[in-house]
Amino acid sequence: MEIKDIIKEENKVYSKPELLDNVHMHYCPGCSHGVVHKLIAEVVAEMGITDKTVGVSPVGCAVFAYNYIDVDWIEAAHGRAPAVATAVSRLWEENVVFTYQGDGDMAAIGTAETIHAANRGENIVMVFINNAIYGMTGGQMAPTTLVGQKTSTTPYGRRIDLNGHPLEITDILATLSGTCYVTRQSVHTPGAARKTKAALKKAFENAIAKRGTSVVEVVSTCNSGWKMSPVKANEWMVENMFDKYPLGDLKVE
Amino acid sequence: MKEEVMLMKGNEAVAHAAIRYGCDGYFGYPITPQSEVLETLESLMPWETTGMVVLQAESEVAAINMVYGGASTGKAVMTSSSSPGISLKQEGISYMAGAMLPALILNVMRGGPGLGTIQPSQADYFQATKGGGHGDYHLIVLAPASVQEMVDFVALGFDLSFKYRTPAMILADGIVGQMMEKVVLPPFRPRRTAEEIRKQCPWATTGRFGHRKRNVITSLELEPSKMEEVNHRLQECYREIEKSEPRWEEINTADAEYLLIAFGSIARICAKAMEIAREKGIKVGLLRPITLWPFPKEGVRKGAEGKKGILCVELNAGQMIEDIRLAIHDSIPVEHYGRLGGIIPSPTEVVEALEKKIIEK
Repeated sequence: MEIKDIIKEENKVYSKPELLDNVHMHYCPGCSHGVVHKLIAEVVAEMGITDKTVGVSPVGCAVFAYNYIDVDWIEAAHGRAPAVATAVSRLWEENVVFTYQGDGDMAAIGTAETIHAANRGENIVMVFINNAIYGMTGGQMAPTTLVGQKTSTTPYGRRIDLNGHPLEITDILATLSGTCYVTRQSVHTPGAARKTKAALKKAFENAIAKRGTSVVEVVSTCNSGWKMSPVKANEWMVENMFDKYPLGDLKVE
Repeated sequence: MKEEVMLMKGNEAVAHAAIRYGCDGYFGYPITPQSEVLETLESLMPWETTGMVVLQAESEVAAINMVYGGASTGKAVMTSSSSPGISLKQEGISYMAGAMLPALILNVMRGGPGLGTIQPSQADYFQATKGGGHGDYHLIVLAPASVQEMVDFVALGFDLSFKYRTPAMILADGIVGQMMEKVVLPPFRPRRTAEEIRKQCPWATTGRFGHRKRNVITSLELEPSKMEEVNHRLQECYREIEKSEPRWEEINTADAEYLLIAFGSIARICAKAMEIAREKGIKVGLLRPITLWPFPKEGVRKGAEGKKGILCVELNAGQMIEDIRLAIHDSIPVEHYGRLGGIIPSPTEVVEALEKKIIEK
């Protein structure tokens, strides 16, 4: 059988989402960002909200998210995405607004904006990529870095006496009256990715129905920052990160 | 509703003017001496009438980033604060300049540095006119000398910022913000519809309405040649503004031997000083820059022609005087008289300074 005979619609098992651009991503091979981008692109297209979705990208590796997912984007200053999204959502009530933020953006420099947007119950989706490290600037300690985890600014491992405890920002957000849905997922297996997609869909539905703020944390890998192979990074995440950041829904209203 | 004449504070007048202009959103945080802007807006409840959004943010940083978000979608949005708060807003202001976004920022200046004082000051002239945040940029800076101008400059500031796609600032001070005067409020203008915004701002991130190509608002460009291009585009815009938009006012300059140059509320004190000096037989004229950036270089240069000297009066230690000296290339003597810490000079004090620093020298 020739290859051309095999390439037929009925044999197709996978398609790239139409909203994902035909460009090379700058993300490292093995990084979780690519999978999460794909899931968002699928969810937005499947829900038929492409023309009214506005993404707010962070400072960090995902700063260039606007180069990959074919919706309108605003690139925010570091940590300010929830404030930016607040205004867009309030001024264009018919639009669907989501932020895409890393751990430094969400839980260090942008803690105030994150907590207050969620506390106001802004009708937005916050997608939170927690890989416990600053990827773009070269692997420094993040607020979510685990105790003992080595980074370029904790070269001997994070110490509680020097660096404080890992910040459980998602758990904090779940306690706020303004949030309607807070969940923690991952994308390290096809099954996990499918659950994340379902979570994202629920979050976008909440935003459309104006139920309040939805937070989807994705416990992720940064194999370059962690200095591991992609496979090893996935294993390390399962063995170390899930203890501190257990998967599942923290709040469903 | 039509034009109305009222008596009110400068800060309150800004709130009324914003609603009447058709402003889409105000995002602020309390700080003395400008909290009446937010308070007045909250009490007028414009969301019930014009649909304008009013939000008290968790910080000045959040407020300016809300303005960044709103401006990204083509809406007419604004914030207000006073000096320490404006310092916090510089991040967002720089991003808006870089992303070429229209917005209006009001600074009701108080004394610094640091927490300083809640009394009036003009010490943020450098910050407002030379950039303020990081990077090569300028804001359009308007300096109101009356409550009426607080009102008028809301519309002017928004119009200019949309015309050039650059943020504009009203640089007021605690005097103009707090004093009450008679003011003519303009008629209500309807807010632009979504369709009008999409037409006026085809660059805005309003959602890919009608399946158009996606819009991205960003100030980031890592390719050096492209970033240089972005900067050149900004500079071209600034040159155009410098050519077309300088504004200033002159009183009694034609026959004057000496010139007082002052902006904002201090120009009002200098107008009285000018009268006192003329009664004493000293021929004094007053030149008041209205746009601090673009600085009215030509106006000052021509105004200085044939004069014996200039006294620049400011509520700071000498900031605008640098632009005056550059404009006239030090062709005649220029001296500075300033009061600091929230002390406002009297007209007689200004005349004495003119005599001592310029005439008797």
